[in-house]
Amino acid sequence: MSKIHVTTVVNGDAVEFLADPRETLLDCLRDRLGLTGSKEGCGTGDCGACSVRLDGTLVCSCLVLGVEAEGKQIETIEGMADGATLHPLQRKFIEHAALQCGFCTPGILVAAKALLERNPDPTEEEVRFWLAGNLCRCTGYDKIIRAVLDAAAEMRQEAA
Amino acid sequence: MAKDEFREFKLVGTRPDRPDGLDKVTGRARYGADISAPGMLWGAVVRSPHAHARIVSIDPSKALALDGVKAVVTRADFPEGLTGEDWNLQENTIAGERALYDGHAVAAVAATSKLLAEEAARLIAVEYEVLPHVIDVDDAIKPDAPVIRAGAADASVPEGMPPNVVRYMDFGRGDVEAGFAEADLVMERSYKTEATHQGYIEPHACLGQLGADGKGEMWVCTQGQWYIRKMCTAVLGLDASQLRVTPSEIGGGFGGKTTIFMEPLSLALSRKAGGKPVKIVMSRSEVLRATGPTASASMDVKIGLKKDGTITAARAEFRMQGGAFPGAPVDMALYCCFAPYNLTNVAHVGYDVLANRPKCAAYRAPGSPMGAFAVESLLDEMCRALKIDPLQMRLKNAVKEGDKSSYGPRFGSIGLIETLEATQAHPNLSIKLGPNQGRGIAAGYWFNHNGETSVSLAISEDGTAQVSVGTPDIGGSRASIALMTAETLGIGYEDVRVNVVETGALGVNEPTHGSRATFASGKAAVIAAGHAIKEMCRRAATEWGIEPEAVEWVNGAAQPAGPNAGKHPPMTIAEIAGKMGQTGGPISGHHESVPEGVGASFGCHVVDVEVDPETGRTTILRYLVVQDAGRAIHPAYVEGQYQGGAAQGIGWALNEAYIYDDKGRLANPVFLDYRIPVASDLPMIDTVIVEVPNPGHPYGVRGVGETGITPPLPAIANAIEDAVGVRMAHLPMSPATVLAALKARG
Ligand code: FES
Ligand code: FES
Repeated sequence: MSKIHVTTVVNGDAVEFLADPRETLLDCLRDRLGLTGSKEGCGTGDCGACSVRLDGTLVCSCLVLGVEAEGKQIETIEGMADGATLHPLQRKFIEHAALQCGFCTPGILVAAKALLERNPDPTEEEVRFWLAGNLCRCTGYDKIIRAVLDAAAEMRQEAA
Repeated sequence: MAKDEFREFKLVGTRPDRPDGLDKVTGRARYGADISAPGMLWGAVVRSPHAHARIVSIDPSKALALDGVKAVVTRADFPEGLTGEDWNLQENTIAGERALYDGHAVAAVAATSKLLAEEAARLIAVEYEVLPHVIDVDDAIKPDAPVIRAGAADASVPEGMPPNVVRYMDFGRGDVEAGFAEADLVMERSYKTEATHQGYIEPHACLGQLGADGKGEMWVCTQGQWYIRKMCTAVLGLDASQLRVTPSEIGGGFGGKTTIFMEPLSLALSRKAGGKPVKIVMSRSEVLRATGPTASASMDVKIGLKKDGTITAARAEFRMQGGAFPGAPVDMALYCCFAPYNLTNVAHVGYDVLANRPKCAAYRAPGSPMGAFAVESLLDEMCRALKIDPLQMRLKNAVKEGDKSSYGPRFGSIGLIETLEATQAHPNLSIKLGPNQGRGIAAGYWFNHNGETSVSLAISEDGTAQVSVGTPDIGGSRASIALMTAETLGIGYEDVRVNVVETGALGVNEPTHGSRATFASGKAAVIAAGHAIKEMCRRAATEWGIEPEAVEWVNGAAQPAGPNAGKHPPMTIAEIAGKMGQTGGPISGHHESVPEGVGASFGCHVVDVEVDPETGRTTILRYLVVQDAGRAIHPAYVEGQYQGGAAQGIGWALNEAYIYDDKGRLANPVFLDYRIPVASDLPMIDTVIVEVPNPGHPYGVRGVGETGITPPLPAIANAIEDAVGVRMAHLPMSPATVLAALKARG
């Protein structure tokens, strides 16, 4: 099948790639652009390991076609830290031991960042329901929820 | 180290950031599917849509006619004449005469892109003759069940057993009938658990390369690179040393990544495609259909109990199917099920049965959760009947050091009593419960494992240290091993780098399984550090012109031991390392062994649930894990193991199950339908780390990874009975089944 030329912005950088029209955005990010931080856990929109932002909207990149990225702004885990400075969520995940295998971590961090932008002061229940689409098989979520709540508290303090 | 002696450590027991943390929060860590190679092809696998079928023919011509398709392999590309487990692995890798389960690989193809490989796989024409199949273990054990494989039974199976029984066991001690006669109450019940999947979020992925010269390389997500090497080379008839296997970061395993699935296919495809590397990444449905779920079980238990809580006798008869191959963990289930109790009269009978399902793989404390579900459920029911406190009953019968275990060997140092006492003291137990709420308690056990271990440690020129281990880091073992190494050497945690290395770099290591990584690789690293210390003391002694025995190692430096050794200022590790080139060359330490001194780990869980009488839905209100860690090297990751194990057990108890249609096809091979617990299903999971140090480990470590999945199954069943008065004897306790039980009770 002939390929389609796609021009888009990923983590602030203009990029272009050739996509098979059947290819998912996740596969394009991983296999065409070498951004393997987004993971495939299911390919059916059920695990959230592939979470990215598309023009600010949190999406499962396994459910988006690569060609749909044309002209859009994409944010992935690779763009979350500001140079050498980690995002508070990234730091808190390490501090709280909120990852074991770490495979769910990129998707959860991207999703949690989207939550805190909408709701800087979420309750435990709000965090749990927001992250209900991000499966983690290792942690039982306890330390993940604590890390998100702690990062939110720190970010509120910084903003104040 | 004496059992109650408490040593102060500088680093052991602290909670530093894990060394691989930064890579894992930035997306940089490289997992199985994250590596590509120049000239790489993509592989795809053709899988049987039938539970049991004869393969009449395989025609790859249409696939091979596509531009960019480079190779197709079938069983004909694999050597003949394998026996035993090697044959099982080969047959599971790629079907021979018959497909034995839905999802069984029958062919594989390599092409220049992933989409092309998938398209080519669809074009490979396989003709099947469908055969009768059997799924449920109680059906599979019937004398007239469809025969999965004649002649698969081993010598343990007596004459005249049903044809799908492939292993049989019968062991115990004392006189159970006499024991039952002594009891005030004897009860016998039957229980069933369904197959569940480990459910690691990372699907299996590998990149394999094999030349016509029989030399190959592989990058793969695995718990054990040497197992991959051994199994792949056995299945392909290669020399083990010619395959070099590098483990990627691993996105969860829980036992399911201790064996091979599509890895030999990538090598066979590579060889056929002129040695080009071939990457194969499984889809989620391939993971669920074709990789190791756990066994399903059907169990009968009979127990005799006195009014004072003494168990007088116990008998278990377990039947398990582990798919179309021998290996259901029925033995482990039997060994573990009565392990918390000191019994004089105990009998066990077990059947390993074949069925048309995927070959089961290890899953966190294999067998123990099923056995615990049966035994701990029955004990709870009996405590209710005799109005005995379930925790007191467990304390009364609890095993302690020196007791003969229910399965034979005597226990070394163990911490069950301490664990039960810590449970009793926990504030969760005094929280008042409301209507439709209930509390359940259960104990659990896992042996823990040592396994072949080889570790190498090298002092760098600047006095820092690198440790090469063979056990992939799934949940923070690099951090624990670095802590123990740094503690031993007397240097900083940051001054140690722990590398998980490829098969060419060390002697054989068993995988990260059996809760062994921190115990075995940790112990080996500590011993290796001791060798390096000895050498550094020797170098200092030479320089000082004194006997090596007159030098001791304190706080990361050599110093004269006592006034008779002469007056010399301490020589730091950095000073010694800085001139090692002039004082005799590199300084390193090695240790290879099957480390002795494994410490078993007991746990006790307490769960509070609320059951909605209208929907049958069970909500976990609070959850407590108490478990003996021996010594928690990095307590945060110990807690993580407890919490993760509990969450998997909760999923198994309430929701997860392999569901088959009447054709024997897996009906729920996606995460939407095979629903594991999500964040909104669970509360915080409280943990108590009990520390009864294991004298067999320099820092007292017991394995902690597995025990935690065992008690949730019965604890939740016990809580549901406490809440609404129905006894659930068949997992999962989904809303529908609980509601049906409530209705049946009326
Ligand atoms: S991979 Fe996209 S949701 Fe699972
Ligand atoms: S840390 Fe392993 S899946 Fe979340």
